Amino acid sequence: MCLAVPARIVELEDDRAAVDAMGNRWKCRTTLTPGVQLGDIVLIHAGFAIATIEEVEAQKTWQLIAEFDAFQKEQEKGSEVD
Amino acid sequence: MLNRIMKAQRLMDAACLRLGRPINVMEVCGTHTVSIFRNGIRPTLPEGLKLLSGPGCPVCVTDQGFIDVVLELAEREDCIIATYGDMVRVPGKSGSLETKHEADVRVVLSSEDAMTLAERHPDKTVVFVAVGFETTTPATAVAVGEAAKRDLKNFCVLSGHKLVIPAMRALLSDKNNQIDAFLCPGHVSVIIGSDAYIPIVEEFGRPCVVAGFEPMQVIEGIAEICRQVANDAPEVVSIYEGVVSREGNKTAQALMDTYFEPYDGFWRGLGRIPGGTLRLKEAYEQFDAMRRFGIEEIPAEEPQGCRCGEVLCGLAQPMECGMFETRCTPDTPVGPCMVSSEGACAAWYKYGRRRRRNG
Repeated sequence: MCLAVPARIVELEDDRAAVDAMGNRWKCRTTLTPGVQLGDIVLIHAGFAIATIEEVEAQKTWQLIAEFDAFQKEQEKGSEVD
Repeated sequence: MLNRIMKAQRLMDAACLRLGRPINVMEVCGTHTVSIFRNGIRPTLPEGLKLLSGPGCPVCVTDQGFIDVVLELAEREDCIIATYGDMVRVPGKSGSLETKHEADVRVVLSSEDAMTLAERHPDKTVVFVAVGFETTTPATAVAVGEAAKRDLKNFCVLSGHKLVIPAMRALLSDKNNQIDAFLCPGHVSVIIGSDAYIPIVEEFGRPCVVAGFEPMQVIEGIAEICRQVANDAPEVVSIYEGVVSREGNKTAQALMDTYFEPYDGFWRGLGRIPGGTLRLKEAYEQFDAMRRFGIEEIPAEEPQGCRCGEVLCGLAQPMECGMFETRCTPDTPVGPCMVSSEGACAAWYKYGRRRRRNG
């Protein structure tokens, strides 16, 4: 539950932002990270950005999420065979 | 990458050799538990290194007495229960939110969604069942602040928010504890900062290493712990640079301090932990569901035979519980560690099964 997801800020007005990660777009608040700017990559948890992070770290998490997703699908396929 | 893995293996072996007994590393965070399983990290560790899943899944550490309060409120016709999805299936004394068909229960993704519900339903009181560690609490704090500003009278919070450091302290204060070191939660640390673990190292002499969730980060985090164990030099080290700072998110910390105060609340399996749970400060009591409805949380007995409490303290592994995989499965969970996908029992059930079957 305490996993935060990195996403890039693609729209920003006051503390309301639209963010994008791996082609998924959603809304979040930036109340907890004052000073963020358009284009920054933030970690998002429960609808709020909690930190600004480096792109290289974001890439690692995005890759991990993609791997989890692939693993999940493989497991589901596996259980069907079982 | 292979070099890094081999270096990590060498450090782990050296630590096992020096200690001459198994090293018990507790991963505090449920997301680490899941990452360790999903990435097949467990079988690659030396035999002398044992990973214990700690009390880092917010749903798992929520006392059944708290769930009973939620269920009691759900029975009221004038209330809408808004909560994060994982809470819906946790069994209390009489069923779960999922089985309370007459209740108005809404799954929300953020505290703001809960406030929006309150604005849309002025004839009902929206009770936001807020659980989670420091990663989640600031979002609740923002909601309370905004509800106060907007004078939103039909919104309140049932706080089950928990603090990580008091739990670590409580675990180490138990004389039966078998914890040699902590792999500290990555995203809780974003908020509290890695310096927050210094008192644990100073007081108990246990390594505290903050790591991310990517498999190499987890392996290197465990290796750093082993390096410290081998050299008998416990310290706080963050290998999650670029994400976790020493001081954490000051804005979020200030918001938590403004609206919440710690008290000695109940944790499942760990009992009453000094300063381990957060409630709203008196100045915001109109938003505190407990005070508003005049209810009290009565700690509940664990379901008979359920060993979630011991699992959460690292004293038992899920499969040592007699109900694991028989009476208690993800479809028919008895204890909370089987309900949440981040619970140790659910993770063992989902990812440990194939391995056990094969060998």
